[in-house]
Amino acid sequence: MAAEGRGQRDALLVATLAIVVVVLFAGSLAVGPVFLSAAEVVEGLFGRGSNATNIIAGEIRLPRALLALLIGGSLGLSGAALQGLLRNPLAAPDLFGAPSAAAFGAVTVISFGLVDALSFALPVAAIAGALISVALLILVAGPRASLLVLILAGLAVASLAGAGTSLALNLAPNPFAALEIAFWLLGSLEDRSMRHVLIALPFVAVGAILLLWDRRAFRALTLGEEAAASLGFDLRWVRVRVVAGTAAAVGAGVAVAGSIGFIGLVAPHLVRPFVGYDPGRLLLPAALSGAALLLAADIAVRLIPSPNEINVGVLTSLIGASFFIVLILRRRTDLTGAST
Amino acid sequence: MSEGFLEVAHLSVAHLSVALGGRSVLNDVTMTVRAGEFVVVVGPNGAGKTTLLRAVAGLLPASGEVLIAGVPLAKLSLRERARTIGYLPQGHVFHWPLTVFDIVALGRLPRGAGADLSEADRAAVTRAMEQTGTAEFGARAVTTLSGGERARVAMARVLAMEVPLILADEPTASLDLRHQIAVIDILRRHASSFGTVVAVLHDLALAARHADRIVVIDGGRIVADGPPREVLTAERLAETFGVRADVTEARGAPLILPWALSDSR
Repeated sequence: MAAEGRGQRDALLVATLAIVVVVLFAGSLAVGPVFLSAAEVVEGLFGRGSNATNIIAGEIRLPRALLALLIGGSLGLSGAALQGLLRNPLAAPDLFGAPSAAAFGAVTVISFGLVDALSFALPVAAIAGALISVALLILVAGPRASLLVLILAGLAVASLAGAGTSLALNLAPNPFAALEIAFWLLGSLEDRSMRHVLIALPFVAVGAILLLWDRRAFRALTLGEEAAASLGFDLRWVRVRVVAGTAAAVGAGVAVAGSIGFIGLVAPHLVRPFVGYDPGRLLLPAALSGAALLLAADIAVRLIPSPNEINVGVLTSLIGASFFIVLILRRRTDLTGAST
Repeated sequence: MSEGFLEVAHLSVAHLSVALGGRSVLNDVTMTVRAGEFVVVVGPNGAGKTTLLRAVAGLLPASGEVLIAGVPLAKLSLRERARTIGYLPQGHVFHWPLTVFDIVALGRLPRGAGADLSEADRAAVTRAMEQTGTAEFGARAVTTLSGGERARVAMARVLAMEVPLILADEPTASLDLRHQIAVIDILRRHASSFGTVVAVLHDLALAARHADRIVVIDGGRIVADGPPREVLTAERLAETFGVRADVTEARGAPLILPWALSDSR
């Protein structure tokens, strides 16, 4: 029967994706303006190389690769969880304005000089922003919202957060503050330190636990909210966990790397057919797929010849938004009014 | 049966009332369904039939009392409820293109089924699929099925739960004649083997022929409750449904032929 050895198949999928992630992680450590051999990179990582290799491998490339892993993974995971909760493959933190709102939260505390850029208050502010946006959206959407309502509500929330950020830009006390703000709009992993990794890590970890919690509920939700509730799932708490988990994961990422778009939308799609479209079995593969995507994009921006390094957030948005258009084309019939 | 299973599915509802958005939708409903009974709830659109099922399933905040085998619903945990009550909502919606087998296996979630099913889970799923005639397309994606096939898959999902009490909201809607009778037979068999069934039906002829008892709801209240012959009278149809109908006999059950609107409504 179709169900034979699903656990094994999933384990195989996860193992394969993990290998891809490891390879890309190694690639991320290997690529940069200065050529280092594999041996030099390893020496540098353990602080046994020359002064320069220690700094390049351990303090420039390692944090960058770690952040791509953490942020890509948490974006893929939050996309898959939101899609499971809302039973909709077009759900993603980006479309709900969560990154914009997180950026607004971060920008607000920064531009008014409340905290410096390496404080734990920054992710807290970003998470608060993301929390408000996602909660607002789930609230507006209600239990039986159509796809159209969801996307329109997301557009409204994103616009509101964008306007808030523009206002902060408008009122920026000096050009440096304006530059800082622009940084949050164009996500990048360039020049990050282990300090950034440490700031993001606890929030990403908490977010991941919250998002992985409800995989059985996401499965049951295939049958709709009423049937899922009748199968013994308390959907109020499922919603709270997904909203909080998404906010923590997205907010932490935005706080250290700015807004990196569309990973949450694309990553689950790439692996969904391999788990039989099961929204519960999707979570872990989607996280790995997200990590692989961001690692790959972050390697690409270093390889694409350009006068300045392209910000990775710009690249993921370029690719992701095109992908989004294709998705919409495929699901046109759903979007023309039928509630899902 | 597995532990957590309440052997006696005696359902008793006392003074159940539900208000939605400040409007009273269900008003002081009291009814009893004995184990082994197949009770059909009928009534005009908006009468509160679905609300009644949802309230009994514990999916709505309601005042009053629902007792299952003498235990108040409020005292059961969500999981215990899910091991006692199988609720089949109307519409038969499936949001992801899972295989039919995987959809039916969702009925095993309250028993702790994971990605891989235990032998007992697998047996229950297979049995439910055989009973509903869905085994032949078990490997197909549920979204590729016709409306009638989906309805039977939804039914199979509830059967796989192996619960004593089934609450089915319009299980025969969108089914052709053959499958309507097939689904009713499944529910009947469930009632006669070990369970209790409360189903909302719109088809009065089907209800009259197969139900042990018919409960008529109008305006959130029970207006009649009894064997089909006593309940489905021409006067009742005029008063509750607003139609003039001939009620005759065929094969030992009332046969209802509505032919015009009545003035009484």
